[in-house]
Amino acid sequence: MVGLRDLATKTGGVSEASDLIRFENVGLRYGMGPEVVRDLTFDVARKSFQFLTGPSGAGKTTLIRLFFLALRPTRGLISVFGREVNGLAKSELFSLRRRIGVVFQDFRLLDHLTTFENVALPLRVLGREEASYRADVVELLRWVGLGDRVHALPPVLSGGEKQRAAIARALITRPEMLLADEPTGNVDPPLARRLMRLFVELNRLGTSVVIATHDINLMNQFDARRLVLEDGRLTIYD
Amino acid sequence: MTDGELAHKIQVAAFRRQSRQAARRQNQLVPENTVAGNALTIVIAIMSFLACLTLGAVTLVRDASRDWQQDVQREITIQVRPIDGTDIAAETATAAAVARDTPGVVGVEVLDERENARLLEPWLGTGLDLNDLPVPRLVVVRIADPSTVDLVELRDRLGQRVKGASIDDHRVWASRLQSMANATVFAGLAILGLVFLATILSVVFATRGAMATNSVVVSVLHLVGAEDGFIAREFQRHFLLLGLRGGLVGAAAAALIFAILGFLVIPTIAGSEGEQVSALFGHFAVGPIGYFGALGIAFLIAVMTALTSRLTVYRYLADED
Repeated sequence: MVGLRDLATKTGGVSEASDLIRFENVGLRYGMGPEVVRDLTFDVARKSFQFLTGPSGAGKTTLIRLFFLALRPTRGLISVFGREVNGLAKSELFSLRRRIGVVFQDFRLLDHLTTFENVALPLRVLGREEASYRADVVELLRWVGLGDRVHALPPVLSGGEKQRAAIARALITRPEMLLADEPTGNVDPPLARRLMRLFVELNRLGTSVVIATHDINLMNQFDARRLVLEDGRLTIYD
Repeated sequence: MTDGELAHKIQVAAFRRQSRQAARRQNQLVPENTVAGNALTIVIAIMSFLACLTLGAVTLVRDASRDWQQDVQREITIQVRPIDGTDIAAETATAAAVARDTPGVVGVEVLDERENARLLEPWLGTGLDLNDLPVPRLVVVRIADPSTVDLVELRDRLGQRVKGASIDDHRVWASRLQSMANATVFAGLAILGLVFLATILSVVFATRGAMATNSVVVSVLHLVGAEDGFIAREFQRHFLLLGLRGGLVGAAAAALIFAILGFLVIPTIAGSEGEQVSALFGHFAVGPIGYFGALGIAFLIAVMTALTSRLTVYRYLADED
């Protein structure tokens, strides 16, 4: 741990080129309710690795949703890949979203599609022919240890296998950033460590990684930046 | 064969079976059983059937009305009233001669006493001597093309040369027939419109239901960066096939009904009733327009179903935002 810095008072200083995501005084409220997150000012650099943590209900999932543009802030500025999110056309929003891989705690796999089809979904959405990506998908499935589950449907996969399938789907388009919401929440400690090694390896290969977790033990095993959300406010431990 | 070999063979067979199943299910991002498939197919088939029957009825009435009008307009009647001091037979012959000299006339027939008596038989009974009664004589004039005959000029010449002559060109009757036929056609088209509207509304409800059932699929597709157009295409593909299936079933059933009616109905109505039916409806046969129209309606309904589902998906996604 290098030190503590409250980024609510941060005024910038990181060059544009190194930022994947930049938040400036961002706040979000649902309807007329209180702000779920407020005064968020920070950035996520290219090829960086960070944990996003905080107690349940602190706004981690909301922040993840803001990251991949599923929500728009009610105040402040968010720029993703150098593009201002406010006023972005819907088609531009989707093209930015394709550069971000997301892994949800509940996996969000489609039960009627095989592991192969689930993982290949982002490529299919891009309009690519199956022949052009078949080998890549099978190779990625082998890499995450699902080489023998290519044709299995999600309902017959174990929690860990589903998790790895969700991770493979998030990675298949080689995103510049990976967001993972409680990726180790449903797996036992050895598998959690294995998945974490997978994320570290990805980061080494050049992908920015943000992992939302409240597992202190897991975070203590890795020396990485921590974004701590509490009552909607963010504190950063570099 | 050892246990190991057997297990390996079973594994290989299972893998092949899974591959085949996966290949069959390709391109189905929206699971088929989550679209209210069978119920909607039946609704669309019924709508298509009703639309095709309506179209058949409309073409039947329109064809019959066209035939009536052509028949009626190809014939005019000159009536020569008996006037004291004139020889009605000579006047009738002059009227026939004047008609014969008119360009465009292809046939002139003077109804003789016997035919006149037969026309009056329902009112005056049999054994009638027309010479005792002031009954007008009729000259039936057949014309090839109603537009080439100058009726005004014929009327003038008859007025000059024949005393008591008048022309009846059946225009009033023809126009009444035409307005009746037009009203029937209009009613038919209104029914077609209502059937199409009901089909569209059924598809809107079914699409919204399918979208709600597949909200997970929609959210995952959005998650992996699918644009609304991609999602709409996935739903539209389902509904196009479903609409085509329902539309064709309905159209085929309607075509079968047309064929059965064409073959069976007329021969079973014997005698004068049959003549009346065929006078009104021709041979009660739906022409090629009816059959091709039914096919057209099937495709129209399929396209309408697909487009409706596409627009509904766009609206649904816009509402979600």
